[in-house]
Amino acid sequence: MLEQQLINALTLGSVYALFALGFTLVFGVLEVINLSHGAVFMVGAYAAMTAVTRFHAPLGVGILAALLVSGLLGLTIDALILRRLRARKAPHLIPMIATLGVTTMVTSAAQGLFGVEVQRFPEAMLPTGEFVFGEVHLRTLELGIVAVAFLLMALLFGVMRYTRQGRALRAIAESPKAAALLGINVEGLFMLTSFSAAALGGVAGVLIGLDFNAVTPMMGAPILHKGIAVVILGGMGDIRGALFGGLFLGFAEVLSKAYLSSQMGDAVAFGLLFLILLVRPVGLFGRVLERKA
Amino acid sequence: MNRVSKHFSLALAGLLAVTAVAGDLKIGVAEALTGGAAQYGVPIRNGFQLAADEINAKGGVNGNKLVLVIEDEQGKKEEAINVFKKLIFQDKVLMIFGPTLSNSMFAAGPVANAAKVVAFGTSNTANGITEVGPYVFRNSVMESDVLPVTVSTAVKHYKIKKVAVIYGNDDAFTKSGYDVFKKVLEDQKIPVTTTETYVKGDVDFKAQLTKIKATNPDAIICSGLAEEAANIIVQARGLGLKVPFIGGNGFNSPKMFEVSKTAGEGTFVGSPWANTNPNAANQHFVAAYKAKYGSDPNQFAAQAYDAMTIAAAALKTVKITGNLPADRQALQEALPKVSITGATGPFKFRQAAPKDGKPSGYDADQKPFIYVIRDGKFVLFTGK
Repeated sequence: MLEQQLINALTLGSVYALFALGFTLVFGVLEVINLSHGAVFMVGAYAAMTAVTRFHAPLGVGILAALLVSGLLGLTIDALILRRLRARKAPHLIPMIATLGVTTMVTSAAQGLFGVEVQRFPEAMLPTGEFVFGEVHLRTLELGIVAVAFLLMALLFGVMRYTRQGRALRAIAESPKAAALLGINVEGLFMLTSFSAAALGGVAGVLIGLDFNAVTPMMGAPILHKGIAVVILGGMGDIRGALFGGLFLGFAEVLSKAYLSSQMGDAVAFGLLFLILLVRPVGLFGRVLERKA
Repeated sequence: MNRVSKHFSLALAGLLAVTAVAGDLKIGVAEALTGGAAQYGVPIRNGFQLAADEINAKGGVNGNKLVLVIEDEQGKKEEAINVFKKLIFQDKVLMIFGPTLSNSMFAAGPVANAAKVVAFGTSNTANGITEVGPYVFRNSVMESDVLPVTVSTAVKHYKIKKVAVIYGNDDAFTKSGYDVFKKVLEDQKIPVTTTETYVKGDVDFKAQLTKIKATNPDAIICSGLAEEAANIIVQARGLGLKVPFIGGNGFNSPKMFEVSKTAGEGTFVGSPWANTNPNAANQHFVAAYKAKYGSDPNQFAAQAYDAMTIAAAALKTVKITGNLPADRQALQEALPKVSITGATGPFKFRQAAPKDGKPSGYDADQKPFIYVIRDGKFVLFTGK
């Protein structure tokens, strides 16, 4: 039973990590707690769903559609709302509330467009493979999610650390003004970040929608709550933090459900989170913000 | 107000009442059309609309058209109260259907009861709803009438010795289903290996199911809604857990088969309604619903459809005078006498036991059907 629970924890943790990656990217660069990430995630799932059910596209095209539609939505949110707030130097709370408003709008629009009921991907479309080791079962889809979460994390981490764009992004994260003075195209990189983060969110939406095969307009809300916890735990804005924070939450939740009580899953997971933050207020990978004064 | 204008307004009221007689029967519909509970509220609204349209197409009730005043109560207690007040005092409806959730009926039911207006719930299954007062009706069958039959039938068929239980513990509907299951299992002396829970919005049940698998039960009892239940079953099969499921009312939906045609095989469900029930009224309802809305109906739509039929049957026996309080009262008195055969089969009301010496409202008196899932369909269980 323990082996199976560890596998369960790994897959659940990867789901959280996959969602948290885009969320943390936006915070790291734009310093915005983007509460519309849950809605963007949901839109990705519906984009893929529409592509495969209405236009009979193969699943790969569906994932591509999710990437594009969510990315463009992210870009739109940035252009219409976040950029204006940046220009006005609005305090941190304002973009947070604005994106919360976006969530409500997008969720209601999705309810109107797609209906409120749970939609499913056609059964024939799902990868059905399964690995069985003794008593332990692992589906190909789950393996895919774990692999994609780790790969994307490695990729993003590599880009941030070793490429020119990555260096520019880190410079922006230090100080957008100084970065602009150095000739970095700050607004351009902000747009790129918004697009990539939202596209990641959209892909996460499809993969998770496929894994649990349940797509609803409300699917973004519960995972957004978990995503916020993951990002705080991992360290706001840190790419590695998103993965390890996600895995931590997954393991804490599954193991407390397995060995304590299923009622206690969230209580234990969030209790641990609280304890860790008491010891390390900046999260697992967060750096101390020294230049606050 | 002076005497002349009083007489004048009385005459005017009389005039208006006359036009009302030849005109419309205003029925309030207060359901959750947005928010999380909209997944029930929307099919319920559709069920009402379908029935009302059909009745009106056949000339209405005694020549009067049914006019639905539809309001969104958002699945919230506060909104339900607001909407009830609007429908009763502003729209001056004859009666109200709704609200969607049991929680909301506990809040809004007393408003209608105090105003002596019928509040007719079609989806409230929690215990105690009709104890609010004699103006509260429901045609939704309580789980305590359905589940004992479901459990004993499945136990006999599969020779079940011990069961595991999983349920959603943050929802009045699934929690109340669990409470009934718990009592039934105690009454029938069936040991429970483990009881697991989840919350609304959960999509990952593998931790709980892995735990259940380790306790080696003969069957799994699940009080959940179809969306979650379908995923629970699929994930159980994914973990190599092959025992049959026994479900509550929430299992009664074609949604059970959307995730997987095969995973639910052998599941036992008790229900006031199933889409394959061969009676003519149901066959007509299923086809008409699909033609109008392009999707399969669920239990909630069926109960709403029947509720409108019940109200129309009661209204047929009422002489509408145009005096609103009297008409509302006459409708309240006519409703308990109705008995129909609708999409959910033969139906009549049963008055709930009085509470604190005060008269109670009316519950559904309906026999549950036991269904078993075979080849991706609900099949009426005949003992084999």
